[in-house]
Amino acid sequence: MPQIRFIEHDGTEHEIEAINGDSIMVTAINNLVPGIDADCGGECSCATCHVIIDPDWMDSVGRPSEREDSMLDLNPDREENSRLSCQIQVRDDLDGIIVNLPEFQY
Amino acid sequence: MAGMVIAGGGQAAGQAVASLRQAGYKDAITLFGAETYPPYQRPPLSKQYLSGEYGLDRVYLRPEKFYADRDVDLKLGVTVSGINPAAHTISTSEGNGITYDKLLIATGSRPRILDIPGSDLDGIYYLRTIADVDAIRQAMQSARNLCIIGGGYIGLEVASIAVNSGLNVNVLEMESRVLKRVTTPEMSEFYHELHTSHGVNITLNSTVERFAGKNKVAEILCGDSRFEADLVIVGIGILPNIELAEKAGLECDNGILVNGRCQTSKPDIYAAGDCTNHPNPILGRRLRLESVPNAMEQARVAATNMNGGDSIYDSVPWFWSDQYDLKLQMVGFSSDGDNQVVRGDRKSSQFAVFYLKDDAVVAVDAINSPREFLVCKRLYGKTVDTGKLQDPGVDLKSLMS
Repeated sequence: MPQIRFIEHDGTEHEIEAINGDSIMVTAINNLVPGIDADCGGECSCATCHVIIDPDWMDSVGRPSEREDSMLDLNPDREENSRLSCQIQVRDDLDGIIVNLPEFQY
Repeated sequence: MAGMVIAGGGQAAGQAVASLRQAGYKDAITLFGAETYPPYQRPPLSKQYLSGEYGLDRVYLRPEKFYADRDVDLKLGVTVSGINPAAHTISTSEGNGITYDKLLIATGSRPRILDIPGSDLDGIYYLRTIADVDAIRQAMQSARNLCIIGGGYIGLEVASIAVNSGLNVNVLEMESRVLKRVTTPEMSEFYHELHTSHGVNITLNSTVERFAGKNKVAEILCGDSRFEADLVIVGIGILPNIELAEKAGLECDNGILVNGRCQTSKPDIYAAGDCTNHPNPILGRRLRLESVPNAMEQARVAATNMNGGDSIYDSVPWFWSDQYDLKLQMVGFSSDGDNQVVRGDRKSSQFAVFYLKDDAVVAVDAINSPREFLVCKRLYGKTVDTGKLQDPGVDLKSLMS
């Protein structure tokens, strides 16, 4: 099973064994990783599951869709590699991925 | 037993359990849910679960294993029937004298029932639970004529899925327009036209007087009109489940009264979600909300405080609804505005209506317009340049600085 390394804003790390097909958001929620609210449950409706993907992994993860991009656009903490974690499915080739969590969700 | 006890098994209950464990609470947590499912999300019930796009696993808030792994005792199919605040005990359908250190009431709400002649006939459904939707999906297989009573969000979401699956769909609304309780005449008109263009028949100003049929519903009678129906779904609003709290002597007034820390009028008893009447410091008034984001946030606040922390509820209300390929996201209440401006083009089905009070943004209805939704969430209550707001050529980011 792919391993995901979540890093909180204060540096606390969570090494999680993920399940293929789950989203990164669901992986965080089911493992009580703090820093992700996900109020809408994965509908790309609330933008409260913002994460920043480690640059080395961005090619494998890919860029956001147009809708997701608009949901991220006004986030003051947005970075080059920002994604909504509900829109990224866990796959074998994401084994070892590093996912950074922002200080706040808006 | 003692420890944390949760009365209710919906989204607020599920989130509270997770937040308590996340905050490091180590002692017993027991959740009593009247339904037999672990805490699940209700929004998909009238959307992707009804259409068959989502299975149960996608609807559950967290997998059942989550609770076992974290030593959370889920008592499913068990209803809390009484609270003794002085003794710190509850009674349930399975036993009495169950003690708690802190109790969270997350009893949610239930559909308002239409009590008219014939309402006990088969084929008449409400939509609130997984079991309701399972029954509706089964009935839809053989139904031809669906009548939806109530043109609110539930009714219209169901209409969009049902008409796409080939049913004849009638929506009967007693008011002069759909969504009257929740939005402006312009938005009502937009959604009315959207549904009629997809083949849904909407009849306004129609009060249903009687269901007719032999054992199973066959017809709906409203004044001089009759509507053929072999399947009826009633969506005429919900009522907060406050009886348990009322009986225990907790103060209630259109919901269980809580303060900003989600505390009720009795010590060590908290409440969260649809069942509460709570102060909103941003809106400057008390309100009861039928809303998932509110349930989740109140659950987080309650859990923090139950665990000895200090958290105050302080969120702008927001909502969403999916119909056909349109995603509606709303912030605040349009009725709070005294002026409105439109950004985008109604005809393109990608536009937002901002509602302003004294030039401050107090609400938005954003259709396929996530940026506009988010700008309202961020700028709520702030004065904005309305000229820029309604000019699609102006980048919304320039309003944020």
